[in-house]
Amino acid sequence: MTAQDYTFAARLDRWLMTLGAWLLAILWILPLLYAVWTAFHPSAYETHFTLTAPLTLANFPKAWAQAPFARYFLNTMIMVFMTLSVQLVLSTFAAYAFARLRFPGKNILFTLVLLQLMVTPDILLVKNYETMSMLGLVDSILAIGLPYFASGFCIFLLRQTFMTIPKELDDAARIEGEGLLGTLWRVYIPLAKPTYLAFGLVSVSAHWNDFLWPLIVTNSVETRPLTVGLSVFSMTESGVEWSVINAATLMTSGPLLVGFLLFQRQFVQSFMRAGIK
Amino acid sequence: MRREWIYALLLLLPAMVLLMGFTHIPAVETVISSFFSTPTGRRPARFVGIENYRYLLEDNVFIRSAINNVIYSAITIPASIILALIMALFVHNRMKGLSFLRMAYFTPTVLPMIAVGNIWLFFYTPSFGLIDQIRSLFGFAAQNWLGNTDSVLFTVIVVAVWKNAGFFMIFYLAALQTIPVQLREAASLEGAGRWTFFRRVTLPLIMPTTLFIMVNAIINSVRLIDHIFIMTLGGPANASRLLLFHIYEVAFEYWDTASASAMTVVILFVLSLLAIGQFFWLDRKVHYK
Amino acid sequence: MASKFLKSATVAALLSAVSMPALAVDLQFYFPVSVGGKAADTIQALTEEYVKNHDDVKIDAIYAGSYTDALTKAITASRGGKAPQLSVLLSTDMYTLIDQDLIEPFDDFVSEEEGKEWFGSFYPAFMLNSQTGGKTYGIPFQRSTPVMYWNKEAFKEAGLDPEKAPATWEEMVEYGHKLTKKDDNGNVTQWGLRIPLDGFPYWLFQGLSTPAGAILANAEGNETDFDNPKVVEALEFLVKMAKEEKIMEEGVTAWSATPKAFFEREAAMIWTTTGNLTNIRTNAPFDFGVGFLPKHERYGAPTGGGNFVLFKDASEEQKAAAVDFVKWMSEPEQAAVWSIATGYVAPSPAAWETEAMKAYAKEVPQAAVARDQLEYAVAELSTYDNQKVTNFLNDAIHAALAGEKSPADALAEAQKKADRVLKNYR
Repeated sequence: MTAQDYTFAARLDRWLMTLGAWLLAILWILPLLYAVWTAFHPSAYETHFTLTAPLTLANFPKAWAQAPFARYFLNTMIMVFMTLSVQLVLSTFAAYAFARLRFPGKNILFTLVLLQLMVTPDILLVKNYETMSMLGLVDSILAIGLPYFASGFCIFLLRQTFMTIPKELDDAARIEGEGLLGTLWRVYIPLAKPTYLAFGLVSVSAHWNDFLWPLIVTNSVETRPLTVGLSVFSMTESGVEWSVINAATLMTSGPLLVGFLLFQRQFVQSFMRAGIK
Repeated sequence: MRREWIYALLLLLPAMVLLMGFTHIPAVETVISSFFSTPTGRRPARFVGIENYRYLLEDNVFIRSAINNVIYSAITIPASIILALIMALFVHNRMKGLSFLRMAYFTPTVLPMIAVGNIWLFFYTPSFGLIDQIRSLFGFAAQNWLGNTDSVLFTVIVVAVWKNAGFFMIFYLAALQTIPVQLREAASLEGAGRWTFFRRVTLPLIMPTTLFIMVNAIINSVRLIDHIFIMTLGGPANASRLLLFHIYEVAFEYWDTASASAMTVVILFVLSLLAIGQFFWLDRKVHYK
Repeated sequence: MASKFLKSATVAALLSAVSMPALAVDLQFYFPVSVGGKAADTIQALTEEYVKNHDDVKIDAIYAGSYTDALTKAITASRGGKAPQLSVLLSTDMYTLIDQDLIEPFDDFVSEEEGKEWFGSFYPAFMLNSQTGGKTYGIPFQRSTPVMYWNKEAFKEAGLDPEKAPATWEEMVEYGHKLTKKDDNGNVTQWGLRIPLDGFPYWLFQGLSTPAGAILANAEGNETDFDNPKVVEALEFLVKMAKEEKIMEEGVTAWSATPKAFFEREAAMIWTTTGNLTNIRTNAPFDFGVGFLPKHERYGAPTGGGNFVLFKDASEEQKAAAVDFVKWMSEPEQAAVWSIATGYVAPSPAAWETEAMKAYAKEVPQAAVARDQLEYAVAELSTYDNQKVTNFLNDAIHAALAGEKSPADALAEAQKKADRVLKNYR
């Protein structure tokens, strides 16, 4: 092979790969593009993709008026941030115990934690619903988050991270007179910031988009999150007005989408951090 | 020593109570309930042994759901993993328009499945749906993708793969970044082609990630059924009915909690086997840090 | 100091917002919205009007989603001890609600005279799914029947009289042939007929089984007749229209996309609820007609839609207040407002006599078609364990359409399964 062949082949190769990557990307983003198209065009153009079709913003107020999206937004935000906060606190404590303390039954308990990675609360929906009923929490925002407050995944990640922190730092803190909690606060938590961020993003996007469990456990507008609100809104007897539904879709996924677009790199970096084994 | 135990107890208590309360205890309760009949307003639950399981074996809707789920998992898991790897390779190799590529691949992850269902519903609508519109440019006839028992399961498979691949891509990206560049250079010096390098070096090195992703993919193929609500409701003729959707309907529309419990136990059993396998595998990985 | 107070106050407020269940008011009323946004606004407006004129009652009208959602919500809320006091639910849920011991008959809250007058003021067809065992458990509110819409322009193009809909099965097939258009590649661009059978096929199927002369279930709700030869005939006809006559798309077509398919001229005749009338009127780019479902042995159609039901788990004052509200909502003026806003059929002859309704019927004569069809309407399929039993029929219909089973086999299987379940209720 001559030098020219090599470069030519390599370039053609790269060119083909780029083409492939782009085709895949366009295919992948098609649904979102369609949602944007229909949201900004009147309903008559839902299925006709003429470039000269009139643009309109009317679908958004229409969607907004047809269901109490403002309340749904509030519910979702309260639910997501409440869940995340509690997850972080509980997991930090538990991870520290698993990472640094010795006690009987440690391995068994940790196995139980790992089991939760596979057997998520929404699979046990019938029993968990009964539990909520017993606690009198049916149709409350707390009920949506409660089963997820103890996150096996977060405990696992944090334990990993904590285990990599050199014990010397522990000793240094002890010398300074810090007790267990103090060490946690001054040494471990700051060093685990990337993991917290990573998990935070995972948790927020997972719970923002959670549907089945909130569907079961909420009954009313005051507690329903966006996903359930969107489904209630789009499953009507009289047929679908896609332009309005897609306007609603854009509104409900808007925050996550915009957040992602602006902070793409950080988003991806964080997810990657979470993934590093 | 004892003081350490007390600290551990206090630190672990809140998390473990919640974990047990919403995962382990309900799991055990579900197993127990599966041996009783459904309590109604008028009759309390009575012990019926394996009656519920026997009924399951005769219930062809359950059998269909189980078969559907097996096919569904068997295709979505490898497809999304392979696509995720391909996407990761594209992004990792810094193709032109990197930002756009990354965004395009990852966007499905941030969209709620419920919204996604509506969009794909349009795509699959016969005649004036997007897919048929494109196909008609080539002279193909309209196809009732969602209305035919032969094709409907594949329509939901496509949606699931579309949703999951971008998310898994991230994990692969992380793994690819940990492969030292020197390895690549050394390999090309030795004359190893790209494909050989990929097969002999890259793949084995990302194996732990693959395993982790696979576990996630398995769980998702069981619990992500939101799109069924919007797109097919399990039909037609139960051709796209998945297990968790069936459990939801049996529990919350037929109010038959005993059958639902029995079905859940079946899922739990399969998942537990996989969980235990995962634990042993991952633990080995973790320990050689 | 102040900031600490503020912080704890905020925390307290957030905590209470978070753990407090939905606000408790005097009366909670769940309603399903099945025909788009304006319906929800109209219910809220009507509810507010009532509350304005009745100081002693507060009513919280809660938007519960689809019919299935509303039923699930009502039952789960009841099980959680937080039942609503009233709800509009599918008329077919009556037996389930009775079996779960959740609802009370309205008879107990009105004198016998009053009751006779009130219950008798509705079209008898609508009372079929509302009464059992001599008592009235449901008050008709948003009721409908399926009707056939046809594209007058397409009729003209096909050489048919645009003012005349097919009146019999044979005519429907004949018109279907003329209306089915193909393009140069032999692909169909316009189907003659569209009967969407995805989510709840049994309903439109009753639009075939009833004209065939069959009744699918008994009035006690504990026996079905799925394998009756006339039902088989109806299912065979349905399958024939798609497979042999090819006037209908093969496979199962989507309910939600049907109006759109009509507007896009993908189907020239469609069967769907009269509740879609407002939507179709607003969006159809052509003149259209509305007619009875074609007859075979007779004219016939199922009724559909929701009734008011009264929940047991409420105080006597609440129940009395609820009954009063329902009475008011079912009065001709309110029924007219509701019907005009949504396209549901006003459920009492008196409602059709109001000025508003008369004016509407003049402007939109198509609205009266569903009312006129009531003469031939029968009960919507409803039994104990309703969802399960109905799904047996749904599966049979789908299996036959998909060609997986013959209509006779599919229906025989459905009947066997239904029998097994309903045995327990006899």
